[in-house]
Amino acid sequence: MAGMKELATLVKELEEQLVTCIRCGMCQSVCPLFEQTRKEADVARGKLALLTGLMDNIFTDPDGVNERLNRCLLCGSCAANCPSGVNVVEIFIKARAILAEYKGLSPAKKLIFRQLLANPGRFDAMVDWAGRFQGVFTKPSANAQGTSCARLVSPLLSHRHFMPLSTTPFHKTLPEKGFTSTGSGLRAAVFTGCLIDKIFPHVAAASLKVLSHHQVGVVIPPGQGCCGIPSLASGDRDSFTRLVDHNLALFEKHDFDVLVTACATCTSTIKKLWPSVYKNPSDNMQEKLTALSEKTMDINQFLVDHVGIAPLDTLMEESEKEIVTYHDPCHLKKSLGVADQPRQVITAAGCQLNEMAGADKCCGMGGSFNIYHYDLSSTIGKIKEENIENTGCTTVSTGCPACMMQISDMLGKAGSSIRVRHPMEIYARALETGTLKKLST
Amino acid sequence: MIPRSIQDALQKIVGPQYLLTQKEDMLTYSYDAAVLDPVMPAAAVIPENTTQLGEIIALCHENSIPITVRGSGTNLSGGTIPQTSGIVILTGRMNNIIEINEADMYAVVEPGVVTATLAGEVEKLGLFYPPDPGSMAVSTIGGNVAENAGGLRGLKYGVTKDYVMGLHFFDCQGNYIKTGSRTVKCATGYNITGLMVGSEGTLGVLDQVILKLIPAPKARQAMVAVYDTIEQASETVAGIISARIVPATLEILDNFTIRAVEDFSKAGLPTDAAALLLIEVDGHPAVVAEEAEQVKALCMKMGARTIDRAKDDAQRDKIWAARRSALSALAQLKPTLVLEDATVPRSKIPDMVRSLQDIAKKYKIDIGTFGHAGDGNLHPTILTDRRNTEEFHRVEQAIEEIFDTALAMGGTLSGEHGTGIAKAPFLEKEAGYSSILFSRQLRAALDPRNILNPGKITGV
Repeated sequence: MAGMKELATLVKELEEQLVTCIRCGMCQSVCPLFEQTRKEADVARGKLALLTGLMDNIFTDPDGVNERLNRCLLCGSCAANCPSGVNVVEIFIKARAILAEYKGLSPAKKLIFRQLLANPGRFDAMVDWAGRFQGVFTKPSANAQGTSCARLVSPLLSHRHFMPLSTTPFHKTLPEKGFTSTGSGLRAAVFTGCLIDKIFPHVAAASLKVLSHHQVGVVIPPGQGCCGIPSLASGDRDSFTRLVDHNLALFEKHDFDVLVTACATCTSTIKKLWPSVYKNPSDNMQEKLTALSEKTMDINQFLVDHVGIAPLDTLMEESEKEIVTYHDPCHLKKSLGVADQPRQVITAAGCQLNEMAGADKCCGMGGSFNIYHYDLSSTIGKIKEENIENTGCTTVSTGCPACMMQISDMLGKAGSSIRVRHPMEIYARALETGTLKKLST
Repeated sequence: MIPRSIQDALQKIVGPQYLLTQKEDMLTYSYDAAVLDPVMPAAAVIPENTTQLGEIIALCHENSIPITVRGSGTNLSGGTIPQTSGIVILTGRMNNIIEINEADMYAVVEPGVVTATLAGEVEKLGLFYPPDPGSMAVSTIGGNVAENAGGLRGLKYGVTKDYVMGLHFFDCQGNYIKTGSRTVKCATGYNITGLMVGSEGTLGVLDQVILKLIPAPKARQAMVAVYDTIEQASETVAGIISARIVPATLEILDNFTIRAVEDFSKAGLPTDAAALLLIEVDGHPAVVAEEAEQVKALCMKMGARTIDRAKDDAQRDKIWAARRSALSALAQLKPTLVLEDATVPRSKIPDMVRSLQDIAKKYKIDIGTFGHAGDGNLHPTILTDRRNTEEFHRVEQAIEEIFDTALAMGGTLSGEHGTGIAKAPFLEKEAGYSSILFSRQLRAALDPRNILNPGKITGV
C-alpha cells in the first residue's frame, strides 16, 4: 500500500530515538496501565515495537497501531525508569502527531482543537457561557471535594464526580490589561493554564497571594491560551504550534526572570515540549523557545529554590497540625524531578506530612485518557484513592490541577471527607491564619 | 495462521478478551530482550487458571500447534521468541502467591508471580528468597525456573535451581504432573524437578512452583573497593575465595562500566578507577564484622586504593542500585547491546578479565565488563549498532571467541541466561554431540510432536 509506505517514511523521523530501546522490559515494573492489563501493547516496550513495525511497513493500515498508541497516560513513568534513557513521551507525542497528520483528525477533535482551543478568546467565551448553564445538567454533590455529578444518566458524564466550571474564571478577576505588580527582587511571569483559570481560579489567586507576600514582582499578561498539551496528545501539532505562537508573543512583551506556573502539566509542556515538538521552528524561534524553557519552572520549585521560604510561624502544637498527604504529579516528579519542593511548602505551612504508599504513582488521569478509557482510568485512580485514605489525612495536596480533578472524582465517588488542595492554597491559607494566631497569643 | 476453528476453541477456553490474534498484538510478542530477529506468533492466549491452561495445552497437542510460554519477556537468549505457526501463552494473569508457609519455610506460587513481588512478601515475614536476577523487578518466577536464573547472590546462596523444591506442570498432552514435595528431603521417583529447572519450556508448562525459603540474614555489610588496575581487582576476587570467605555478593565493574554507571546514576563512583569491587558479607552480626575486617585487609593487601563500608541501609541501597543500573547505563551508549554471560571457574577470573580486554582490542569493539566475579560469571557487554553489519560481524566473531576462551578455561557458555536460540548452535562445543543427541531423544520421547517451545536448547 503506497500510503503506508509514505507513513513509514514519516515514522523514520523517529528512528534514532526508537533504536535506543533495547527491549529490556523494565518499563513493565512502573507502567500504571500495564499493571492493570498486563498486555505488552499497553506498555512502552510494546508501543515502541509497534512504531518500529510502522517504520518497517509491516501493517496494511495504521489504525491498530494508532489505537494502541492512544492507550497511554503519557505519565512518563517508563521514561523516568528507563535504563536506556529512551525519551518515551516525546516519541509517543511525535508519533501521535505523525499518525494524526497522516490519518486526519476526527471532525470532533478538529472542532475542539482548531476552532476552540487554538482561539483563546473564543474558548474563554464558550467556557464562560457553559459555566453559567452547567447547573441545568448537573448537580453539586455537597461534599468535601466540591464536585458535581450528572443530574440524569448521561453516557458522556457516566458516574463521574467532576469539578464544576468556576462561575468566574481567574482571568476575569484581573484588569483587562493584565496584572502587574512590582516586588523587591525577582520578577515572575505567571502562566495560568486552562484548568486553573476555569476550574480552580482560587489556586491562581492563592499563588498570587504567596508571590506578593514574598515580594516577588508579578506579571500576568492578558489573553493567555492553553499550553497546547491536549492538542498534542491528540496529535494536532498545528494547533499546538499556533498556541505556542500565541502565548510566546504575549510573554515576549514583558521582562521577567522566571515563568512560573502552578500546573505541573503546563510547566512540563512549556519546558520540554515547546522546544522539542514545535513544528518546523526557524533558528530564531528555536532559540526563543529554548530560552523560555530554561526560564520556566514550577511555582513550588521557584519558592523553595529561588525565593527561599522558612517555616511559617503558625504557633501550632504538633497535635493541632493538619495532616496532609502529597501526591506527586507525573509531570512534576517524573518529567522534571520536582518532588521535595512542594513537600517543603506544605510543611512550611505548618502541616504534618504523612506520606502515602506509592506517592509518585500516576493517579490515572492522563488528560484525554480519562475521557476515552474512563474505566481503566478509574481503576488506576482507585488505587490512589485507597492510598490517600490509608494515611489518615484530612487533606490531599498535589501540584497539578488535572490530578486534583481525578483525585476529587475518586474521593467523591468513595464518599470521602478528604479535601483536595494545591500546595499554594495550603500555604496561602497559612499565611492568613498564621498571622491571626500570632496576634491572638 | 491457525485455523478459525482452533481460534474459536481457544476463545471458548479463555474468553474473547484474552485471545489476541491481531497482527499488532502479535508483533508485541515477537521479541524478548535478546538481540535476535523477531518472530510473530499466530495467537496469544492469557489463561487465568490451571483448568484453562491444561485445556489450551491439550488443544494444541491435538492440533500440533507449537507453544511458547512467556512471562515478562526479559529473556536474554531468545527463549520466549515463538514460532510463526505457534501460540504464545502469557502467564500474566496466573500471578497468585498461593501460600507462604512460615513454619515449613516454603512458598507456593503461580508462574506469573513477579520475582521482586515474592521477595518483598517473604521479607515482610523475616524470610528470604535469595535468587535476584538483574531483571527481578519485572521477571517472573516461571521464567526464572525455566531459565534457571541466577543473580548477584549466586556465590553464597546459589541460583534458582537451589530453591525449587517441587513443581506442578502440564506435559505436552495436557496431563498434570506433580514432582518434588514440600519437604526438605524427598527421594521418590525421578528428580523431574531438577530436569524441569532450566528446561526453557521444552519439556512441560509450569502451573505451580514450590520454592524453598530461608531465614533472612541478621546483619549485612556492603563495601566498595577502588582499584587502579583491573588485575588487582580480579586477583582480589581469587584471593577472597581462596581465603575461604564466601561473601553474599562479590561484583566487579571495569572502568568503562564505572563511567557509564556514574553518568547515569550520579552515585558518586570514582570515574578514574580502573575497577571497583562491590562486596557484601551477611549473616550473624559477629561473623559479619569479622569477615568485613578480613575482606578489607585482603583488598588493601592486593593493592586497593581505598575501601569504604556502607554506613547505613541507605548507602548500601545506593551501592546496589548503582550496580543494578550497570546494564541500563551501558545501554545508553549505543543502540545495540549484546550481554554475554560466559562463566568460568572462579579462580580463572583474572585470566578471563585479561582475555576479554584482548578480545575487545582484537576485534576493535567496545566491551564493558561487569558482573558476578565471585561466582565466575562475568557479563562482558558489547556495545554496537546492529545496523552496522560490518561491525556486527566483528561482534559475532568476538562472541565466538569469548565462548571458546571460557570453555578452554573449563567454563560454560551461559551462567544464567540460558541456551535459548542464541546459544543453541554452540552447545555442542561445550557438551559434545552425544549429550545433544541424548537431550534430543529425551525431548522426542516426552514431546513427540515437538510442540513445546521448538528450536530452543537442542536446536530442533
